[in-house]
Amino acid sequence: MRLLRIWPEHSHFDFMRLRRYSFPLSAFMSVLTVVLLMTIGLNFGIDFRGGTLMELQAKSGHADVAKIRKSSESFGFGDVEVQEFGTAGGVSLRFAIQPGGEAAQSAVVQKARDTFSNEYEFRRVETVGPRVSGELVQSGTIGIILAVIAVLFYLWFRFERELALGAIIGTLHDIVLTIGFFVVTQHEFNMTSIAAILTIVGYSLNETVVVFDRTRELMRRYKTMPTKELLNLSINTTMSRTVMTSATTALSLLALVIFGGRAIESFAQVMLSGVAICTYSAIFISSPMLIYIGLRSSEPAKALEGKVAPAE
Amino acid sequence: MLRYSRSKVIATMAVIVIGLLLAVPSMMSREQREAFQNSLPSWVPSWLVPSRAIVLGLDLQGGSHVLLEVDVPDLLRTQTTQLRDDVRRVLRETRVSPQGGIQLLPRGVQIRVPDAAEREKLLPKLRELAQPIGNAVIGQGGTRDIEVTSTPDGLITMIYTDAGVNEKVRRATEQAIEVIRRRIDVTGTTEPSIQRQGADRILVQVPGLQDPQRLKELLGKTAKLEFRLLAQQGATDVDMLPMKDAGGQKVPVERRVIAEGGDLIDAQPSFDSRTNEPIVNFRFNIRGAQRFGQATTENIGRSLAIVLDNEVVSAPTIQSAITGGSGMISGRFTVQQVNDLSVLLRAGALPAKLTVVEERTVGPGLGQDSIQAGKMATYVATVLVVVFMFMTYGLFGLFANIALLVHVGLIFGLMSVLEATLTLPGIAGIVLTIGTAVDSNVLIYERIREEVHSGRSIVSGIQAGFERAFATIVDSNSTMAIAAVILFFLGSGPVRGFAVVFILGILTTVITAVTLTRMMIAVWYHWARPKALPF
Repeated sequence: MRLLRIWPEHSHFDFMRLRRYSFPLSAFMSVLTVVLLMTIGLNFGIDFRGGTLMELQAKSGHADVAKIRKSSESFGFGDVEVQEFGTAGGVSLRFAIQPGGEAAQSAVVQKARDTFSNEYEFRRVETVGPRVSGELVQSGTIGIILAVIAVLFYLWFRFERELALGAIIGTLHDIVLTIGFFVVTQHEFNMTSIAAILTIVGYSLNETVVVFDRTRELMRRYKTMPTKELLNLSINTTMSRTVMTSATTALSLLALVIFGGRAIESFAQVMLSGVAICTYSAIFISSPMLIYIGLRSSEPAKALEGKVAPAE
Repeated sequence: MLRYSRSKVIATMAVIVIGLLLAVPSMMSREQREAFQNSLPSWVPSWLVPSRAIVLGLDLQGGSHVLLEVDVPDLLRTQTTQLRDDVRRVLRETRVSPQGGIQLLPRGVQIRVPDAAEREKLLPKLRELAQPIGNAVIGQGGTRDIEVTSTPDGLITMIYTDAGVNEKVRRATEQAIEVIRRRIDVTGTTEPSIQRQGADRILVQVPGLQDPQRLKELLGKTAKLEFRLLAQQGATDVDMLPMKDAGGQKVPVERRVIAEGGDLIDAQPSFDSRTNEPIVNFRFNIRGAQRFGQATTENIGRSLAIVLDNEVVSAPTIQSAITGGSGMISGRFTVQQVNDLSVLLRAGALPAKLTVVEERTVGPGLGQDSIQAGKMATYVATVLVVVFMFMTYGLFGLFANIALLVHVGLIFGLMSVLEATLTLPGIAGIVLTIGTAVDSNVLIYERIREEVHSGRSIVSGIQAGFERAFATIVDSNSTMAIAAVILFFLGSGPVRGFAVVFILGILTTVITAVTLTRMMIAVWYHWARPKALPF
């Protein structure tokens, strides 16, 4: 049987040259993300915004969205976002947070149940009061900051300063672009999204670390090789692995996007885009970054303590 | 060397087999599990048979999640009112009458006693009202819940300290959990989980509950029952309380409480034999019966005020002394209201109001759909990855695939032992680890290929591949672990379920992708003696 080979074995592709395109592209995308974040903004879910979310399922299999919108707007609970989903009569209703503190939120649910429960099944009801949503915003933010700090410590502990700097730039790049993905797709941003971002932080490092492990190994073996060549060699030798791992991860996430159901769909889509972003940044951002950071500035000291790999 | 001692192989296999067996109970329904347990011969010790199983999260099995918070201002109001009553008692006992009565402050009370001699007499008694907090051994040295200060011009202030307030909140939360448990138990709800969260929150999770409205009503009522007297003309110590079903009309009620909910030993729903109206029959304990008997004897002809949560539900006229220690509450109730009220009275009053701060309910249909979709995604992901690995690495891909299946099995095994909760994001986590678990295999195989192609023999290439890839495997897994651990401590409910799966996945991948694969390759090598790599 002839086996599949996605990436040729002895490749000598000049990845570093492509930084001419990848750096401006990433800079543009990052700026675009910041601009979009400030103009359009994230579509915060009720976890962070507070309010009430309901998912109804028409018992007849057909939802009358216009009627639902009309009658729920007449409740007097402010603006209602009514959206149809799926084909079998699914409707989601989102009410903003109600003035009057925690107790005021329950009234919305009760009113909706009284009005719609004859014709619709209530598949999901979520109410988050103002205090809890405030706390969730806080813990979400803390989570991402903690993750970045933890990553910094890990890199500081595990890698030379230059490599650590390259990796952290790559990770920040991936966080920014993932947030950009949220803004562009207007996927609901909630606690699960924080989980997705943290997982992407982990994955981003994973991709970078595998390349950098090799960079470090090659640095010790070929002491005089120019940085650009060294980085190209690191990427070329780890490319089969990068392609394989990205492919298997993407395949499993693809299964999740297609078959995982509505509740997990946006999480899976974000993760899938994250895998693409992380793979791209490990090759085209973090590594070429090292050309500018300089790879060998701290090398003389390291060379004395570092072991030379046996050249067999 | 690429050689394994027999004992090492057996040990590894044993770990894997045990791990997989642990997952078995989770594959069965509760009934099957119990039937299986009962069908075992009696000589099999019960600890030998795995019985722990994965718990399905509310988002998968359907049910309600209600987060309640103790209303601290309300609690403080109750506490300061109580403090006022205590101070009043002390004043009576010491025969001191303060200038301008007792002033209520947001967190305490204030009185003015200009006479220094009276103050000297009063202050030690007032200080006795302050309770030490926490460890009794600390005794005198420890902080107290009330701080008593007095100024030279005679102003005495008693304020609950921060530590005092925290202690009250902590105790109120504990008490509330007990009351909630009793209230829910009476309704016959199956397997509710009632947990404390933080200092002042209580998380109630009820699987299978579709409309938590009744639950919230049951939990939202303080159920503070008091028997007082309607005030007569010109009485001074009165509260103006709303009358039930009277359109907001308020009636004067004496402040003195004759008996209260805590004095009841039983309450049952019933019907009034004359009017056929739903009522609650109750019985007092000895203390309550005595006080109630005395008060009704002294006040024949006056109206009793039955006050529930600061609302007068009914005000019957006292026809004769009620000394038997039992009575009834009427108040134009419906049957449902009477049922609920007797539940509430039996379970006791909440120490403070509870507010719903978060509510999440998933219907059983959605949960079932999510499980179905999750299963489908898992199967498809497994097939895609397995086929892809086999197409790329051939026989070695097959080894990786066996390791992958064992890996998923071990995640389930570990989750079963830990009785971890599987949530929808948790399923997503499993699907994701299917994609990432083979990463270790890929790292090893690619390294082996490189080593062999750079001139090593197969056996030495395999050896070097495993050794050199190991550092990278540790690195690449610890980066994922960092994120997962933070997520575990930060998230709650569904998100935490994702973190659990991910952390366990990282642990098991080291066993399967490294140890198990290596063993399979070693066995294969000794059996086949290959001349070239099969990929």
